[in-house]
Amino acid sequence: MNKSALRLLGAVFFAFVLGAVSGCATTSNNPRDPLEGFNRAMFSFNDALDGAIIKPVAQGYQSVLPPLIRAGVSNFFSNVDDIWEAVNNALQGKIDEALQDVMRFAVNTVMGLGGVLDIASDMGLQKHNEDFGQTLGKWGIGSGPYLVLPFVGPSSLRDGGGLLVDWRYDPFFHVSNIPVRNTLLALRTIDTRADLLGATDVLEQAALDKYTFVRDAFFQYRRSQIYDGNAPREPGASLDVDDADLKAAVTEPRAQTVAEVLPIMAQAPVAAMVVPSESAGVPAVYTVFADGIALKTPNAAPEVAPVVSVVLFADDVILQTR
Amino acid sequence: MKLLACLLSLSLTSFALPAAAQEIAPDALVKGISNEVVEIIRKDKDIQSGNTKKIFDLVETKVLPHFNFNRMTAYAVGVNWRRASPEQQKLLIDEFKTLLVRTYSTALASYKNQVIDFKPLRAQAGDTEVKVRSEIKQSGAQAITLDYSMEKTPAGWKVFDVEVGGVSLVANYRETFTNEIRNAGIDGLIKTLSSKNKQLEAKT
Repeated sequence: MNKSALRLLGAVFFAFVLGAVSGCATTSNNPRDPLEGFNRAMFSFNDALDGAIIKPVAQGYQSVLPPLIRAGVSNFFSNVDDIWEAVNNALQGKIDEALQDVMRFAVNTVMGLGGVLDIASDMGLQKHNEDFGQTLGKWGIGSGPYLVLPFVGPSSLRDGGGLLVDWRYDPFFHVSNIPVRNTLLALRTIDTRADLLGATDVLEQAALDKYTFVRDAFFQYRRSQIYDGNAPREPGASLDVDDADLKAAVTEPRAQTVAEVLPIMAQAPVAAMVVPSESAGVPAVYTVFADGIALKTPNAAPEVAPVVSVVLFADDVILQTR
Repeated sequence: MKLLACLLSLSLTSFALPAAAQEIAPDALVKGISNEVVEIIRKDKDIQSGNTKKIFDLVETKVLPHFNFNRMTAYAVGVNWRRASPEQQKLLIDEFKTLLVRTYSTALASYKNQVIDFKPLRAQAGDTEVKVRSEIKQSGAQAITLDYSMEKTPAGWKVFDVEVGGVSLVANYRETFTNEIRNAGIDGLIKTLSSKNKQLEAKT
């Protein structure tokens, strides 16, 4: 890419950021994504760029080159990457893994024709996936807010910072011959994108809202990576399948009719009250009488309405008025 | 004599049960189905050239019976599940199932002779929930982990969540579903799911 093209792209991008920030009207309801307005704009920008240029080129690359050659290209970049993975494994105190990475690099460089063949994997030396963001995570630094980076994609404050360090020590960024450097970086980008073509097709199908789907997957994925696939449960986290609250939610209710519920509620009123979805989550006040239950919603009419149906759970009650 | 009685009762129970699935260990079950499906794809030229109808049928007959969609849907919907009426719950299960089958089929269609490795099962004898771990090997990249969370039911072991690269599918839908319900209620989520399914159906 020549300088003026880069400047033009920069200007377009800057205008885009301005528009995104000023049009930041999207109300954010995810505590991990306070910059949702900006992120959504970046996400559409990346998506448009991908659809217009990167994906079509990657598709062409995939259809033109035989699988064996493409594997060779992937292996070559992956081999160079093993050095940085060794450094990160060492920084995380995983000395065995670091030594494996060094061995992988040595074996593949010498016997695998400069890394084009992945002999090490066949020998049982497993490929790892490490970067400086993961190292920071391992050191106990939280991910920070979600951040969609232009041209790069989903990231977080921590991982974005980590990326700057990754790039600082990325040998391909430091090739002195500029055209060679750019060709290598472009080839790496296209090769990576080609490897992800299947995954993005699945994503298109699976997601109701691609932005949220990618964001939540990103957090889950990074957490899993930091723990090398053995992430412990996060009690109370919205993404934990084994959460106790959730188990309670999908279990059977304690009582389902006013007659059944009355004696229980008269004894021990349920403190945590969540109103039916129609009332949009505004807490309401209910009173238990000898012959029935009445509900008073703060946003609706001030009068007390008799409850016609009630479902009582261990920690919650759903009331409905006519 | 005792042995004979034992054998008799054993043969009786195996007849009485709808499937012998109860006796198959969860990891053996997943491995068996996975190998069978992969073998079919490998041989079937129609599937390889992208015959979606055929892939759906394959998933429907071989894979679906081993999934517990009720639990998957309940967990994906989360705390709002109890606010859904039985009819709404049924619709949610149906629509979510259709979406997952379609997604799964797309993933299968892109299968290209990768090697799938199963890891030894880490479970105690009395466990009713286990995680079966597998890996899809790929050249020049870290293997993709594919883990199946399974529960023991009277009809054998059933999958209730799938984790791809540490990303739980069920958990990943929860945020979207919660937002959808907050904005448009449970019927709104049903509508979104069904229009997504219709839109995907139109494309194929």
